Amino acid sequence: MNRFDYIRPASVGEAIAAGAQPGSAYLAAGTNLLDLMKGGAARPERVVDITRLPGLDRIEWLADGGVRIGALVRNSDLAYDGRFQRSFPAVAEALLSGASAQLRNAATLGGNLLQETRCPYFYDTASACNRRAPGAGCDALKGENRLHAVLGWSEHCIATHPSDLCVPLAALDAVVETEGPEGRREIALEALHRLPGTAPEQTTTLAPGELIAAVRLPAEAVAVARHARYLKVRERTSFAFAVVSAAAGLELDGGTIRRARIALGGVAAKPWRARAAEALLQGATASAEAFARAAEAALAEARPSGDNGFKIELARRVLARALSLALAGAPETPPALPASPFALAPGANHAA
Amino acid sequence: MSLAISLKINGQPRSVTLDDPRITLLDLLRERLALTGAKKGCDRGQCGACTVLVDGRRINACLALAASLDGSEVTTIEGLAEGDRLHPVQAAFIAHDGFQCGFCTPGQIMSAVGLIAEGHAGEDPERVRELMSGNICRCGAYKGITEAVLEVQAALAAGSREDAA
Repeated sequence: MNRFDYIRPASVGEAIAAGAQPGSAYLAAGTNLLDLMKGGAARPERVVDITRLPGLDRIEWLADGGVRIGALVRNSDLAYDGRFQRSFPAVAEALLSGASAQLRNAATLGGNLLQETRCPYFYDTASACNRRAPGAGCDALKGENRLHAVLGWSEHCIATHPSDLCVPLAALDAVVETEGPEGRREIALEALHRLPGTAPEQTTTLAPGELIAAVRLPAEAVAVARHARYLKVRERTSFAFAVVSAAAGLELDGGTIRRARIALGGVAAKPWRARAAEALLQGATASAEAFARAAEAALAEARPSGDNGFKIELARRVLARALSLALAGAPETPPALPASPFALAPGANHAA
Repeated sequence: MSLAISLKINGQPRSVTLDDPRITLLDLLRERLALTGAKKGCDRGQCGACTVLVDGRRINACLALAASLDGSEVTTIEGLAEGDRLHPVQAAFIAHDGFQCGFCTPGQIMSAVGLIAEGHAGEDPERVRELMSGNICRCGAYKGITEAVLEVQAALAAGSREDAA
């Protein structure tokens, strides 16, 4: 780990002034940043510890039924909040499917959004990586790339965003509240992460020093609460990143879908909202055939970036099954194996 | 640059001056305070051998900067037993052969103590296994570990039923 200056500002204003200086990195729990620093993939000159900033650690319910979650709320505190589980079951399930209990106890909401890809070539400083060192090239293109992106990638970078949490947040129209040198603003979660294009080092749309203060979930997103799931295929049952994942939410009127909310994870450099698939389902009768058509539409633009063509068909099947699970209904409490295809929730029909 | 921090470690107030902000909680415990129970396995948050409780919650000590935890209460494996009287989780690990080489055991036990305090597993072995997945055991003592956690959970549940009666 490189040497750095450690500062612990007492106010958001002080934090932003320090965070906006070149070479600064914000530190919350550090579960990703310290990992990156130990391997040399991140080398900040100044670490700005934001864990003591006041007012960022609350879950606030809004008068209209939406919720505002402070950036420093820990993953486990959010996932086990009873009202949050009932209102946003797919988000709670996604949180509980991520990392380990120890990491969820430490990791924060803001840190989850801003975590780095787990592309091994990004972490390995001996490898070429345009994301870590712009212009260096991309060793993943000709390397071990079976887990890399199938949507939205470029020749400059084929990394994926690893967050589970962000997948249902994107489907539910979450809004990110930030404070920065230019003041406060709001960004749709869908617009927070960038696709690589020719500048993969620009991973988000945040300005230097801009700090995530909170994430809001709108009241309209509660409409899918009874029929919302997160499904995640991993290479081991627990404590692994997604090979492919899907968040699915349905607002039903009898057997007819009034509105669908769909996003995919593990497929791109950002959580992938599948609006074409949502549009196909709007007004359709909820059925295995309709879900299969939606899954086709969601992956219509997908193409392999390496030895990962299997992820395209896998993503179709994961999405179709997530929609079937959502139709069967969200479980009252998160299943023993959250988001696992091997977890049979009562009432859910895995054969559908 | 030196940083003065105060911690309560296993019930004892400790004031520590850090000569380097890079020191993790794990390195502070092991290298500066002679508390070598928490182990450095992967040092990257993947194995759980360094698990300790901070303010009652289990975390990976290898991924926390000591400076950031100023003012916290830390419990390590050294703080569990009361003299010669083992903590119930320690006793259950022995009774159920929940280890072989023992390297991961302090982390396993601290993780189990955290899991039981969190109260989300009940008496469901599937939930215990899922919620212990942050602790890797290369000897493969998982069966005994799961049984040990379930035994303590069951004893606690029986105790609370007696309390209610």
